[in-house]
Amino acid sequence: MDITFKNVSYTYQPDSPFEFKALHDLSFEIRSGSFVAVIGHTGSGKSTLIQHLNGLLRPTGGVVTIGPYRLSADEKNKQLRELREKVGVVFQYPEHQLFEETVEKDIAFGPTNFGVDDEEIKARTREAVDAVDLDKSMLERSPFDLSGGQMRRVAIAGVLAMKPEVLVLDEPTAGLDPRGQREIMSMFSHLHKEKQLTTVLVTHSMEDALAYADHVIILNQGKVYKQGAPLELFQQKEALQAVQLDVPEVIEFLAKVNERFETHYSYQGQSIAELAKELAHYVEGGRGHE
Amino acid sequence: MSSTMMIGQYIPGRSVVHRLDPRTKISIIFLFVVIVFFANSVMSYTLLTLFSLGSAFATRIKVRYILKGLKPVWFLIIFTFLLHLFMTREGEVITTVLGWDLYREAVVQGATISLRFFLLIMVTSLLTLTTTPIEITDAIEQLLGPLKKVRFPVHELALMMSISLRFIPTLMQETEKISKAQASRGVDFRTGSFKDRVKAVIPLLVPLFVSAFKRAEELAMAMEARGYKGGEGRTKLRELKIGRVDYVISGVFLLVVIGLFVTRT
Repeated sequence: MDITFKNVSYTYQPDSPFEFKALHDLSFEIRSGSFVAVIGHTGSGKSTLIQHLNGLLRPTGGVVTIGPYRLSADEKNKQLRELREKVGVVFQYPEHQLFEETVEKDIAFGPTNFGVDDEEIKARTREAVDAVDLDKSMLERSPFDLSGGQMRRVAIAGVLAMKPEVLVLDEPTAGLDPRGQREIMSMFSHLHKEKQLTTVLVTHSMEDALAYADHVIILNQGKVYKQGAPLELFQQKEALQAVQLDVPEVIEFLAKVNERFETHYSYQGQSIAELAKELAHYVEGGRGHE
Repeated sequence: MSSTMMIGQYIPGRSVVHRLDPRTKISIIFLFVVIVFFANSVMSYTLLTLFSLGSAFATRIKVRYILKGLKPVWFLIIFTFLLHLFMTREGEVITTVLGWDLYREAVVQGATISLRFFLLIMVTSLLTLTTTPIEITDAIEQLLGPLKKVRFPVHELALMMSISLRFIPTLMQETEKISKAQASRGVDFRTGSFKDRVKAVIPLLVPLFVSAFKRAEELAMAMEARGYKGGEGRTKLRELKIGRVDYVISGVFLLVVIGLFVTRT
């Protein structure tokens, strides 16, 4: 589903001393099937933005369109339920939303609410558990007996079981160990390709944005600061630092190498290991790669 | 962030009322609540109304906002007025509206009782509008200080109060967060039958309790790790001080009290 924001603004508690403008005149497009990363400093409006994607918030100005659904200030959308089934949101620390007695029931909670029949729910639960790489034996256990990482996977499975067309991820790796972070991210990347999802990832990690996204939107103080292809954006060191963002390590490192050895290596999605090999090859004297 | 706010949520400011020592504020308001019931003439009510409106004005908070905060109690005030209007049958009949006899006493009683009500709520909400919860508990702890002599656990009580006040916004945020997460999974808190709506609360309450207990445990651990032990010998970070403003305002209030007893009939 294509997603369009047109001159969207959002104000919290308007007309009170606590009035706060979180989004100002925001316009951008997310094409169906793309993997978009939204990055920005704390308080830049990322969380407010994603709450518009499934109608948890209604813009106080402008129009949001998600496929056939429209959200605007002056009309109530009557199809919120449908919209929420199509747009799955994995919130920050999603394990805080678990409540059922067993993992299986918790994963089935979403589809049950949307009126999916029992047979189908069973099938979806198994599939979701597989997708997040949990053992089937866990289905009968209480989600509160699991480890933090496993709880997160259960919560994610609960969203996947809704079979959304758009997957919104709000810092899905926060608080996980490095290995868990890698596993979760590559899982989302795999799902994105396999199910042709439209994925919106909110992240603090420039590395993740660079590695997985094909379009990056940088927010600053509720406005679109810059957007474009990740490689292009991440070359602009000064522009990034002006809004307290860092250049991904790989790119920073390559820039230093190119400066030191007067070479012209460019980043083409290589892993650190592949880059290291290329460089080793160069240092050993095989000056073939200029 | 919730779009509906509570009655008298603290609003930061530097006005005279904000700077007043919380003990002074609490004492004045406590006395005010008592003397409201002594007023019985037009003059005495005018005096009290002027005092509370004056205080409201002195907070420099927008009047519109203060009145908006009183919204949930408007209903009660109007309801009280109407109840008296129709139930009291004293004095002579003034007019007859749609077959109902309207008595003079009914109007007077209705008006005074709702005015009292309004004044009480207005003044007490001024306290919470201009005083942080921490200041209020500190003040209560000190005002109740003498009770320590009879082994009343004043410090513990104040600690319990400040902890619960401290966690109200946190729990509200948490509630909002979890309800949004569950709404995204298709829970509908607003429509459906009563039974459905009660059922919809379970996915909200369970995670809320889980996190509240977790928080309580973490807080207890952190307090112990930092060597917390009850009130005896504990020093304060914020010392409360009575200043010139406090004397002046107390003086003004004293005049109001004297004025009240003079104008009383």
